[in-house]
Amino acid sequence: MPDVSREVVEHVAMLARLALTEDEIQRLQKELGRILEHADKLQAIDVEGVEATSHVIPMTNVFREDELGESLDVDEVVANAPDVADKFFRVPRIVED
Amino acid sequence: MAPTHGAVRRARLPVAGRLRSSRMPVIEQLPIPSPSQVMLMALEPLVGLEVHVQLATDSKMFCGCSTQFGAQPNSNVCPTCLGLPGSLPVPNRRAVEYVIRTAAALGCTVAKRCRFARKNYFYPDLPKNFQVSQYDEPLSFDGHIDLNVNGDEVRIRIRRAHLEEDTGKNLHLASGSSLVEYNRCGIPLMEIVTEPDFTTAEQCREYLTQLRLILRAIGVSNANMEEGAMRAEPTVNLRDPETGEATPMVEIKNLNSIRSVYEAVRYEIERQRQAVAEGREDELFQQTRRWDEANGATALMRRKETSDDYMYFPEPDLVPLEPDPAWVEEIYASCPELPAARCDRFQEQYGLPEYDARVLTESREVADLFEATCERFEGAAKIVSNWVMGDVMSLLNEAEVAVADSPVTGEGLAELLALIEESVISGKIAKDVLAKMFETGKGAREIVEEEGLGQISDTGELEAIIDQVIADNPGPAEDFRGGKDKAIGFLIGQVMKATKGQANPGLVNEIMREKLG
Repeated sequence: MPDVSREVVEHVAMLARLALTEDEIQRLQKELGRILEHADKLQAIDVEGVEATSHVIPMTNVFREDELGESLDVDEVVANAPDVADKFFRVPRIVED
Repeated sequence: MAPTHGAVRRARLPVAGRLRSSRMPVIEQLPIPSPSQVMLMALEPLVGLEVHVQLATDSKMFCGCSTQFGAQPNSNVCPTCLGLPGSLPVPNRRAVEYVIRTAAALGCTVAKRCRFARKNYFYPDLPKNFQVSQYDEPLSFDGHIDLNVNGDEVRIRIRRAHLEEDTGKNLHLASGSSLVEYNRCGIPLMEIVTEPDFTTAEQCREYLTQLRLILRAIGVSNANMEEGAMRAEPTVNLRDPETGEATPMVEIKNLNSIRSVYEAVRYEIERQRQAVAEGREDELFQQTRRWDEANGATALMRRKETSDDYMYFPEPDLVPLEPDPAWVEEIYASCPELPAARCDRFQEQYGLPEYDARVLTESREVADLFEATCERFEGAAKIVSNWVMGDVMSLLNEAEVAVADSPVTGEGLAELLALIEESVISGKIAKDVLAKMFETGKGAREIVEEEGLGQISDTGELEAIIDQVIADNPGPAEDFRGGKDKAIGFLIGQVMKATKGQANPGLVNEIMREKLG
């Protein structure tokens, strides 16, 4: 498997919000390539008629009834927030563009 | 690549996005033709609507926090909707039921088996950094709503109605930071996506009007757009029906009323038409636009160069749904008559004008009250309609009482209207009786008897009063005798006044004319 392209590494890093140095980008191009190579081995297996598994436990329809439960105290909710204003979480300005 | 600090960029839900392409004919995006070619093209708008509806459950989608609107910031929040490590979501059965109920009303098919999926993106409105949604396995799909727009029958196909969780709310401060609160985060949200079947803004308006009526009639949402319980995002582009060439897709956001959807779609169709006609290719590209209410125009929010990448994958914390066929069948069987059908029936069965039928069927409770009254009242349905739309509604509105909690039932109203038919009371007195029925919960006959409100139809009693009125008002009596027919109105008014409105007006008129004749 050839190296993964620089664009793919940058895209995946952006999706994960990772800041990569130039060295890291180059290293990851190689490493991701090897990982994909390994995945290709799995791709080669014939899975015709085999349903995709998202859970190993054969279980469906776990529900709760529409009943109120306990909510946290507001002070607890914001207890770990880096910044709080009037019981709101305060975050850097969000650009909605 | 810079990590997220300073401004956080928003990457949000595309209207159907990649899903759309998998289920509809692929429309190739071709170079914009020259203006001369364009003039020959009869471009048809392709509009689709994606609607998000908050489901009217008491608790959230995956936890027991309250869904109450307008609570103190961050007061309806727990480890699950806050996405704290170790918390696990458990789906609300009623939310699933409400989507199935909607599926029944929209003629959709319910999936035999489906799963939730994680939609991953970074934005502070979801503390988990993903939204639990559904991707390639929606809970229901392939339905439709039939519309009547200016006499034309239009079928709008529903691609899917799926279940997801709502996001938190952000407040942007002038000082340069944003405030976030998560009371809304995790409220069950149903997403209803149409095929791009709308060709006019009027159709979009009628669709949203009907959809809102349906959602209210089946009791799954209050569908209030102003409160954000129903949100609509249109996609608009133009296609040449001959060649299949289409302009790039435009999404419109920031619409908080049916009227603004109507205006934004109308504006956007026209904007694209003009750009094509005048060869302004640089204005036609895949983009998200914002409706600017103040300027009555859509404005560019962002260019979409790449499709959003949400890295969907099956939600490992939730097991698949396999709705029990018996349960689904039961929900389908209990689906009430929908407003549009009821409106048609009211016109046919009761001979009501279209206006009355539409007003009455806007609310299931009001329509029920009308029908319950008609069942027990032998007079004309139009009389019932007038009373329900008029006095009954205004009394309920004044008292801020929901129709369902009305102290006056159909049976009670029928009794009141029968008293008018039988000339026991006048229509005017009936209004007062109705108000007392509301106040006391007593029956109409009971009130009329207790308060002696029955009309005076005893001619002997009436004659005495009329004689007195004529004696007290010689002037008008003389005028009438002299040919001024109108003068009798004043005299009858005096009789009504003397009897506190209880005199039978027809009888008074008759006796008065005899005496003055």
